[in-house]
Amino acid sequence: MTYETPVAVAPPATSKPVAPTRKEGGVLSKRRGAVATVIMALLALAWLFPLAWALINSFREYEYTQANGYLSFGGWTTSNYEQAWSQGNFGVHMRNSLLITVPAVLLTLWLSSMVAFVLARFSYRFNLALLGVFLAANLLPPQALLIPVFRMFREIPLPFFMSDSGSMLNSFWALILVNTAFQMGFCTFVLSNYMKTLPHEIYESAELDGASVWRQYWQLTMPLVRPALAALATLQVTWIYNEFFWATVLIQQGDKLPVTSALNNLRGQFFTDTNLVAAGSIIVALPVLVVFFALQKQFVSGLTLGSTKG
Amino acid sequence: MTHIDEAPQPTKEVAPAQGREKKLPARDRATVITMVVVPLVLVVLLVWVPALLSVVLSFGKWNGFGDLDTIEWVGVQNYEDIFTIYPAFWPAVQHNLIWLGFLFIFPTILGMLLAVILDREMKGSRFYQTAFYMPVVLSLALIGFIWQLFYSRDQGLINQIFNSQVDWYGDPDINLWAVLLATAWRHTGYIMLIYLAGLKGVDASLREAAAVDGASEVKTFFHVIFPVMRPINMVVIVIVVIESLRAFDLVWVINKGRNGLEVIGALVAQNVIGEATRYGFGSALAVIMMLISSIFITLYLRTVFREERTR
Repeated sequence: MTYETPVAVAPPATSKPVAPTRKEGGVLSKRRGAVATVIMALLALAWLFPLAWALINSFREYEYTQANGYLSFGGWTTSNYEQAWSQGNFGVHMRNSLLITVPAVLLTLWLSSMVAFVLARFSYRFNLALLGVFLAANLLPPQALLIPVFRMFREIPLPFFMSDSGSMLNSFWALILVNTAFQMGFCTFVLSNYMKTLPHEIYESAELDGASVWRQYWQLTMPLVRPALAALATLQVTWIYNEFFWATVLIQQGDKLPVTSALNNLRGQFFTDTNLVAAGSIIVALPVLVVFFALQKQFVSGLTLGSTKG
Repeated sequence: MTHIDEAPQPTKEVAPAQGREKKLPARDRATVITMVVVPLVLVVLLVWVPALLSVVLSFGKWNGFGDLDTIEWVGVQNYEDIFTIYPAFWPAVQHNLIWLGFLFIFPTILGMLLAVILDREMKGSRFYQTAFYMPVVLSLALIGFIWQLFYSRDQGLINQIFNSQVDWYGDPDINLWAVLLATAWRHTGYIMLIYLAGLKGVDASLREAAAVDGASEVKTFFHVIFPVMRPINMVVIVIVVIESLRAFDLVWVINKGRNGLEVIGALVAQNVIGEATRYGFGSALAVIMMLISSIFITLYLRTVFREERTR
C-alpha cells in the first residue's frame, strides 16, 4: 500500500438514477471556456513537467550536464540506464516486486470477494460490523501496528524452502500477507456494493437448481463481477507495487527488497549522480505507467467504483 | 425507509424477499463460515491484534530482544516522556499539522476546482484529466527521487535557473515545504478524481433548473453542486487527515525523518529499526497515532454506513 489512503468513495445520495447518457456539467460560455482552456493547458503542462524532466535527463551524460549545466542541450546517451540497471540491481528487485505483488493481489481479490459475496448474498445481523472490521483496518496507520507485527514475524519460523531467512522477517510471505490484510477492506467494500447490484433472483433460481453456496459464488457471481475485479486488480497492482513502508521495515536483507524500496541503492555514499537517479526513477515508474496507460479506464473506474456502482 | 432507524439490518432492503435468512443446509453453512472466517482471521491477526498489542506495549519498557518477561512495566511514563522530554515529538506534531493544513488549502481545493471545471464539456478534458492524475500511480518514495532533480543543491533545476545554492531537501527551514510541494503534485490528481466521481452523481436537471432561474455559476456551485457532494467532502476530509497522519515515505527516503522533516510516522519507525530499539516508547507514539486516526475512521465509517442504508 502506498500512502494513498485507499478509501472507498461513498456515493452521493442522488447517484441512483444516473442515466448512461448524462450530459456533462453543462457547457461553458465561450469566453469563459477559452480562459478555462488556457489555464487548464498551462496547469496540465506543469503537471507533466516533472516526469518529462526526469525522462529527458535520464538520457544525458553526467559529464555533459556537469560541464554545461542542465539548461543546455545535448550529451545524449543511454548509458545511464545500463549503469542504473546494474548498480541498482534492478533485475533482482523487479523480480522481488513481481513475486510479492502478483500473489498479494490475487490473494486480496480472492479473500475479499468471498467476504463480499457473503455480505451481498445474505443479510446477517453481523454484516455491517464485519464490513467495519475490514474497512477500518484499511485506514489504520500502518506505523501503529509496526512493533507487534515486526516482533511477531521475527518469532514465526519458516522452513528454509519458503524463506532463506528462516523466519517471516525478511521473507516475501510477510509482505504478501500484510499487504493482503490491509487491502482487503477496500476491495470487500467495492465488491460487495457491486455484487448487490446483481438481481437477487439469480440466486433463487440457482438454489432451485440445487447449486451449493460455493457454486453460487464461484460459478455464478464471480464471472458476473469480472469488470469490478479487473478494475480492482489494476489498482491493487499499482498500490502493492508502490508499497514502501512495510517493505522498508520488514525486509532488511538488501537483495530481498522490492523495487520501490530499493531506490536508495542509486544514492552514492558521497554524491549523487542526478542523471543516474533519473534513469532509475524512470525504470521504477515504467511498470506502473504502462499499467496506467494500458488500463487507464480500469484504473479510474476502480477508484470510483464505489460511487457509480460500476 | 422510515423505519430505518430502528432496523439493525440495513442490508434488508437489498434482499427484500425474506427478512432473516432462512437456515442453510449444513454444508452450505460450513462454506459461508469458511468464506468469512479465513479473511477475518488474517485481518484480525495482522491488524487488530497488533493494534491491541501496541496499546499494551506502550505501558512498558522493552528493547525487544529479550523475552516478554524482560518487559518492565512503567505505566504511563512513556507518554509522559513523549510529551515532556522527547525533543522530536512536538516538532513532529507541528509538521504533521502543517502537512494537514497545506494539503487542505492547496491540493484539495485545487483538485476540487479542477474536477468542477473538467466535469464540463470541454475540449481535451480527457487529456487534462490524464495529466493530473498520472502522478497518482507513482509511489511517494519515487516522487521524492523525481523531485530531487529540481531540488538537488548542485544539480537541481531550481538552483540552476535562479543561480542559487539552496539545499531544498537539506535545509531544515525549507525542506518541509519542498516535500509538501512534491506531495501536492500527487495529491491534487487523487482529490480531483474523487470529486469527478462525485460530480457524476449531481443531477443535471438540478443544474439546469438553477441556470433557468438565472443563478450565477458561483451560486450554482455553492447552492446546488456543493451540497450534493457532502458525502464526498466527508470522505475527502478523512483521506486528507489520514494521509497527513501517515506521512512517511517521502521523508524516509530523504533523510529518515530528521532535521526538519520529523513526522510522527517516522518517529515510530526510528524507535524500532533505528540504532536504539525502544519498543515501549515507539508503541506509545503508535498509540497516539492510532487514537487520532480512530476519530476520523469512525467519522468515515458513519458516512459510509449511512450511504449503505439509504441505498
